[in-house]
Amino acid sequence: MSKTREILLGPIFTNNPIALQILGVCSALAVTSSLNVTIVMCIALTVVTAFSNFFIALIRNQVPSSIRIIVQMIIIASLVIVVDQVLKAYAYEVSKQLSVFVGLIITNCIVMGRAEAFAMQNPPIPSFFDGIGNGLGYSIVLLFVATVRELTGSGSLFGFEILPLVTNGGWYYSNGLMLLPPSAFFVIGGFIWLLRNAKIDQVEPAEYKIASHTK
Amino acid sequence: MSNSKDSVSRTVIVALVLCVVCSVIVSAAAVMLRGKQQENAVNEKKMNILAAAGIEVVNGDLETAFATITPKLVDMRTGEFSTDEDVMSYNMRKAAKDPSKARALTREQDIASIRKQSLYSTVYLVEGEQGIERIILPIHGYGLWSTLYGFIALESDLNTVAGLGFYEHAETPGLGGEIDNPKWKALWPGKKVYADDSYTPAIGLIKGKAAASDLYKVDGLAGATLTSNGVTNLVKFWLGENGFAPFLSKLKAGEA
Repeated sequence: MSKTREILLGPIFTNNPIALQILGVCSALAVTSSLNVTIVMCIALTVVTAFSNFFIALIRNQVPSSIRIIVQMIIIASLVIVVDQVLKAYAYEVSKQLSVFVGLIITNCIVMGRAEAFAMQNPPIPSFFDGIGNGLGYSIVLLFVATVRELTGSGSLFGFEILPLVTNGGWYYSNGLMLLPPSAFFVIGGFIWLLRNAKIDQVEPAEYKIASHTK
Repeated sequence: MSNSKDSVSRTVIVALVLCVVCSVIVSAAAVMLRGKQQENAVNEKKMNILAAAGIEVVNGDLETAFATITPKLVDMRTGEFSTDEDVMSYNMRKAAKDPSKARALTREQDIASIRKQSLYSTVYLVEGEQGIERIILPIHGYGLWSTLYGFIALESDLNTVAGLGFYEHAETPGLGGEIDNPKWKALWPGKKVYADDSYTPAIGLIKGKAAASDLYKVDGLAGATLTSNGVTNLVKFWLGENGFAPFLSKLKAGEA
């Protein structure tokens, strides 16, 4: 039981796919300008990672190693198309805002990374939990980034006004930079800094030491 | 690792079985969800017609809001209302692909890069007590990556823009995709299409910011010159001599 717990909760802080492994940063930049969209993206990615891990682990002993990456891609791509179709049917507005990024889950390094690193060596059930865990790890970073960006960029959370904007007669000047994708780099950087302050073992040893100029 | 798992025949079999299973799942999902998706698209089209016309939807009740709107067919060759086709089932996009129901445009005519134009167009009239209050015209044309489909609504003078909106496009999110931005769409109402009764559209986008007093120009989209050009071209086309200009002139004269 404790092993399942470790698989499920480990990726959230101790082995976070974005903060420690720096995987899947691309979509963390693209879809985090508002919380509504971010949450749907997080759910979509968690579902895809969990089920792709599950199905890949299920057939891991049958897959010839020469085509294993293609097999993983086909399973992931099929799942992503199904998720995309479901979103178009039941969350039309959000799916329009996510546009290409649902399709781009296929290329998300976390999904492929977990399939190759975990699901190919482990049975289906632990793999499924590993997928959920990594999806949650991804989600927590995205939600953090989206909260900061939406609050400072548009003065709102979930579309509800928190900081009244100057343009609407309030006092808050919105920070336009926070709505642009590069700002997510700063926020993710801040998240990693906070995390490594709390968990010092994640700090990598320095690769070299700067020597003094003179003796 | 056993050899049998990595043999050529095994590889081919695994690949084939996987492809068949996955394609069945994907196509099943697509077929089962198609009805719901089409319903969403139809509702969205209605929402866009309503949004272009500036009609509020109360409590998400689309049908009541849509009741004030009458769809009508216009014959693009004569610029008159037509009853040759059933207006409810007529599909402009399908008709444009059918050589017997569309006309080919020459290079000079085709500024919106649509190549073929359906012979009839579905327009939507918002009728009030004093006759037509607003008229909503379908427009489409090529932007940067995709064909933009949308509506432009005109006030009862048939010259003042009441609204503009696109319901389908695949322009770059954040750049050309900003044609969906409500702030940009809000620049359109109040602009005039034709100067001096000429029926050659003067309206269009310009690079940078348009002066508020300029009745014929709208701000271009930053970082999306080709999408902006596309919007200008398609508006000029659909409100020009091969578009709705003959219809609007006849409607104004009361001859449509």
